[in-house]
Amino acid sequence: MAKVSESKKFTGTPGQLRRQRIEQSGAIVISLLMSVWMLVNLVKAPEQFVQVAISGLRNGLIYALIALGYTLVYGIIELINFAHGDLFMLSAVFSSFFITYWIGADQSNPKGWLAFASCLVAVMIFGAVVNVLIERLAYRRLRNAPRLAPLITAVGMSFLLNFIGLKWNGSTPRQWPTVIPSGDIYIGEIRISLITLWLFLIGLPLLLALNYLVTNTKQGKAMRATSQDKDASTLMGINVNKTIAFTFALGGAMAGAAGLLYQQSIGTTSYNLGFQLGLIAFTSAVLGGIGNLWGAVVGGLLIGLIQGLNDGLPYAFGQAWSQSVVFAILIIILVFRPAGLLGKSVTEKV
Amino acid sequence: MAKTIAPNNVAKSNRKWITGYSIIGLLLFITYQFLLPWEGLPLGIYDAIYRWMPPSAINESLVYIIMALGLNIVVGYAGLLDLGYVAFWAIGGYCAGWFMSEFFYFLNINFLGSVPAEAPGIHINFWMVLLIGGFVCGVFGILIGAPTLRLKSDYLALVTLGFGEIIPQVFFNGENFFGYNISNGTKGIVGVDPIPVGVKNLGPFDFGWKLLIFLLLTAVMVFISLRLRRGRLGRAWLAIREDELAASMMGVPLMRTKLAAYAVGAFAGGLGGVAFATHVNGVYAERFNFTISIFLLAMVVLGGMGNVWGVILGAFILSWVNGNGLTAFGQLYNEQFGTDIDFASFTFLLFGLVLIFMMLFKREGLLPESRLKLMLHEDELDQIDASSKSGDK
Repeated sequence: MAKVSESKKFTGTPGQLRRQRIEQSGAIVISLLMSVWMLVNLVKAPEQFVQVAISGLRNGLIYALIALGYTLVYGIIELINFAHGDLFMLSAVFSSFFITYWIGADQSNPKGWLAFASCLVAVMIFGAVVNVLIERLAYRRLRNAPRLAPLITAVGMSFLLNFIGLKWNGSTPRQWPTVIPSGDIYIGEIRISLITLWLFLIGLPLLLALNYLVTNTKQGKAMRATSQDKDASTLMGINVNKTIAFTFALGGAMAGAAGLLYQQSIGTTSYNLGFQLGLIAFTSAVLGGIGNLWGAVVGGLLIGLIQGLNDGLPYAFGQAWSQSVVFAILIIILVFRPAGLLGKSVTEKV
Repeated sequence: MAKTIAPNNVAKSNRKWITGYSIIGLLLFITYQFLLPWEGLPLGIYDAIYRWMPPSAINESLVYIIMALGLNIVVGYAGLLDLGYVAFWAIGGYCAGWFMSEFFYFLNINFLGSVPAEAPGIHINFWMVLLIGGFVCGVFGILIGAPTLRLKSDYLALVTLGFGEIIPQVFFNGENFFGYNISNGTKGIVGVDPIPVGVKNLGPFDFGWKLLIFLLLTAVMVFISLRLRRGRLGRAWLAIREDELAASMMGVPLMRTKLAAYAVGAFAGGLGGVAFATHVNGVYAERFNFTISIFLLAMVVLGGMGNVWGVILGAFILSWVNGNGLTAFGQLYNEQFGTDIDFASFTFLLFGLVLIFMMLFKREGLLPESRLKLMLHEDELDQIDASSKSGDK
């Protein structure tokens, strides 16, 4: 009898097993409900479905770019960088001023493309510099403080950036000319705007480049080592401060690119843009598994898709409930699977 | 024999504040109820009070103090970051809107209400609505907390933030909530019953008497905070705040204790919500936004997490600055120097800087609580420890 129980493979304590069962049944129920919802809508209005799915994925790409910043920073210093969404907002405002006022391009022509290309570089540098400055001035001093302190500082930083945005952009939303061609192409009955195509053409290489940087370079290795154990990486000769600053720079650059893409695709900027989008992006990061790069991308695209479907489909809650749907997803994920879709759940050791 | 009834610190220090509080409260009440309408008052003082601290501003800051005290129980005592406290304010406010107005015009329920019995709508006595609001919020606090309190601290903060966004949006879109009108949507519920105090009914402009009522509510919250802090539950909260794992090893039931913190904190939110609805004589959905949650958090952080008097000070300062001080200062500055600066737009900057600088340089707040101070400077103490050890070698 004893032998049998010994040879049985240990799969977890009773509590862990129960937790796993809850996770599994929750996942099955939720995915069933989701697929029923999508199927009903697909049957009801197939063209509309594809249409809103595409525009949802376009937003999802922007969420993914912002979510990467959250996930990188959380992965390395376990801080929810509330200011990240506002950094994205500042980048969008920066791009608008850069393209429209400083270069003076207002339509899609060679000059417009030149402005766009230079703005992509400039805004990525801008985002990186601002993010590194924030880290240097505020978060670094609080690295060993209790968890509550940096979190509250991040909220304060978010307010500060919000203020800068308010003064820079003005208190009302502003409309800007775009330099990306705004035509449409048709595949059968489905209309795809050129902006969507360009967004993916610019966004996907950025994601791949980031992935390469983190997985295949020495600096990326240092980042991964630092996120695992700061003291040990110091002993291995890694400059932890520099590595963390580099991580913030990467996240900031991604937020900068997202700001430009958002500004060019939507055409409007407002000072309180960062809060809502930042939260959605953070939800994406959590959905995919925070600390996991591809998780952030998958989560972002998924959230964008769900939001797009919810806003545009006949059987859905509609745009008025858009935020509630996203936050409900956040809460459900955190309750049933805090580790996220692609994340591994780690038991905290003492 | 004398030794056994030696002065009990707990009882003593718990009562001392009542005298001072009553004196200050009475002074405020006399100033606003009798001195301001008095014709013999020099015009300069009258103008100064109206410019810097008009009667409505002081009442509003008391409402903020009530809610900051509630948030202090969650954040300061139990150490759980709550970024969605505005949800409780909204629920409390709508409790007042539902039970003390003509919103449900098709009903006619009057229970000791302050309006004629034939008036349409539900009219329940203010004091009972206070309790109803408090308890409804408490139940919501438990409902929100129960599935989520198992989470790590920053995930918990996010879930509260999510609820803090969802619940106001429910009210915002509430004009058509699955076919029912539960909140009148963006139009809001206008007109809340006056407060009955036996001899008369206090309408929206009886600032002086309502000041007395808000002072009373604040005193109740202070009393609750101080008593709980000393008791078994309060000590369990502090233990969880300082080290959750150690606390659970010592036999503190984590879930129940955290839920209690949530429920009590939410109760205060409900009180504040009902009080605010009577203060502005209505409930308006667009008021309940994320900024309010952060605003309350900044009050708690500025004053000193965990210290009741610190929180009151912080809440008073910030609500004054936000409500009246900044605009009054801006007016004075613009008149003096002939400039045209919009000072009200600087609130974001101000709150951001308060949060950042307090966290960087004075984490324990203006009036620190000694235990929290030790905890928040653990990192520096560790460093001192380490350097003195290496010095010994």
